[in-house]
Amino acid sequence: MAGGAATGGSSTSDTYAEARTWLLLPAWVTLGILVLAPVAIMLVYSFLTKEFRGGVIWEFSLGAYDQFFCNRGLFGDEPCSIEWTYIQIFWRSIWQAGAATLLSLAIGFPTAYFIATRPPRQRTLWVFLVTIPYWVNLLIRTVSMKFLLRDEGPLNDFLTGTGLLSEPLAIVNTNFAVQLGLFYSYLPFMVLPIYAAVERYNFALSEAASDLYAPRWTVLRRILLPSVKPGIVAGCILVFVPSLGSFLAPDLLGGARNFMIGSLIEEQFKGNAGNWPFGAAASMILLTMVLIILLIFARQQAKAEG
Amino acid sequence: MTRKTNDAIEVRNAVKRYGTFTALKQVSLTISDNEFFTLLGPSGCGKTTLLRMIAGFEDVTEGGIFLFGEEIEGLPPHKRPINTVFQNYALFPHMTVLDNVGFGLEMLGKSKSEARKRAGEVLEMVQLSQFSARKPSQLSGGQQQRVALARALAPRPKVLLLDEPLSALDLKLRKAMQIELKHLQKETGITFIFVTHDQEEALTMSDRVAVMSAGEVQQLGDAREIYERPRNMFVADFIGETNLLEVTVDQIDAGRAACHLGGGHRLTCDAVDGIGAGARVHMSLRPERLFLSSAPTESESLKARVRENIFIGTDISTILDLDDGPEFRVRASNSSRGTSRVFEPGTEVFVNMERGAARLLVD
Repeated sequence: MAGGAATGGSSTSDTYAEARTWLLLPAWVTLGILVLAPVAIMLVYSFLTKEFRGGVIWEFSLGAYDQFFCNRGLFGDEPCSIEWTYIQIFWRSIWQAGAATLLSLAIGFPTAYFIATRPPRQRTLWVFLVTIPYWVNLLIRTVSMKFLLRDEGPLNDFLTGTGLLSEPLAIVNTNFAVQLGLFYSYLPFMVLPIYAAVERYNFALSEAASDLYAPRWTVLRRILLPSVKPGIVAGCILVFVPSLGSFLAPDLLGGARNFMIGSLIEEQFKGNAGNWPFGAAASMILLTMVLIILLIFARQQAKAEG
Repeated sequence: MTRKTNDAIEVRNAVKRYGTFTALKQVSLTISDNEFFTLLGPSGCGKTTLLRMIAGFEDVTEGGIFLFGEEIEGLPPHKRPINTVFQNYALFPHMTVLDNVGFGLEMLGKSKSEARKRAGEVLEMVQLSQFSARKPSQLSGGQQQRVALARALAPRPKVLLLDEPLSALDLKLRKAMQIELKHLQKETGITFIFVTHDQEEALTMSDRVAVMSAGEVQQLGDAREIYERPRNMFVADFIGETNLLEVTVDQIDAGRAACHLGGGHRLTCDAVDGIGAGARVHMSLRPERLFLSSAPTESESLKARVRENIFIGTDISTILDLDDGPEFRVRASNSSRGTSRVFEPGTEVFVNMERGAARLLVD
């Protein structure tokens, strides 16, 4: 009888094995066309020689990476010393994206908690409200933000009009403006995963903790936060990663001095002034960095669960 | 207000309202130190609300709650020396069993090593020492239940609240845990307040039981009292199996009440306070205190016809149609003495009562 069951089992799995190839085909095609091929093209281009009017010459070169990391003096004939310009832009991008992520977390967590603790029928409405601004195009939202924040904008009119400040607050063209812009661009990506995690959270755990003499903040720190950590991590990744490569907010709100990687890459492909291999190389470096960050998160998560 | 009384918990005229809905109407009861006390009732009767009020998760709309004579209403849960075993255990999933059990002690300011040492001792008491390094998800339901119990006992609370802690366990395990809980309560000397909807569980374990319904305590007493002398219809019907007959009281004489059924058949039983001559009330007859015979054994025997016999292991239950009255049940134990009193369906028989089988009920 056991043998019969085993035969039956294997024949079923054979049926599926045949179908599996076909069923998975759309996924593989999509992944291939939309992910693997573009990355492969970028990788190839980053090792080609630049053409001055944009485009590439099909000749292998490490020039793009050399330009990124090496300073060879004004005439390009000195030995390699570290080129800080681009590393600084990267560093500023990480810092800006990190600040935007923390800002999103600081506002997004209480928001998500608030929504998840409403009666079930109201929650859908709140989630809907959170997503409404995102029906408007990102570019328009960012430009609107600039209008709101500028020296003659409503915010400063209010601050100076009510006498809270005598001089308008210079927000546009600062790092903070960029952080605000990024924060506003990606806030729902923080709110929604945390909301999902808090909604699944068993509030009896909080009751149990306070029953066992834990004051409110301890309940939050020791019980609630560890339980919803996967949602927080997901939210942080979803805000941090696109912020890192973003160019709209830094371009429009940050001005020339607050350049980020996204803008640097964008510049390389614009008009005739660009440098395609260099843009591709910068993209590859960005991609590698993001992957490393994700791997660190994933490993920590696995350790926490292990 | 008296301080340091021997009453572990006193609930004084407690009322709980949610908007216009009254979950608890004027409940007053006292629970002695070292008592195993059970709140028994169907779902929605207010028993869990009362328990949560004692724990501090719900505030009291009116009235007060006292712990050894001291008012505790208004104190948040973490400031009450009372611990709870939750219905679905509510174990912290990201902590080991040992850290779960040690959590309360740690929160009371004990060092981590001290908390772990005591947690280890309590785990030994519930025979779970070998699982202390595991996460709750790696345990069976019964084991999780013991961890929840250990976690609530570890800080040595003055009162332990148990909110239907056995309802998720299978029957055999539940029976074993009932006995174990009872022993644990005697060993630790901690006052247990146990909430359940299972009347058998309540009768098995408790020193005293409060039967609740519709936000009120219907009757309070020890298991025997509640089973044998139910005060009203609800208690008689909710606890165990019973037959209810509508009767009219003719007269009360020397502690006995003479009554008659709708069809005129006469019965006598013990008089009950609050039921006088002329009252139309219900009479409860416990099926296991009745027996059948082919001829009447006394003038009060009721004539009936057997409809069906149902075999239920320890007992045989007979369903009868009464001459003037509703469907009727009689139980005989599955022994030679009992089975000699079982008759074939269709047979005409007489229902006879043991003394004290009948009980008049306040509606």
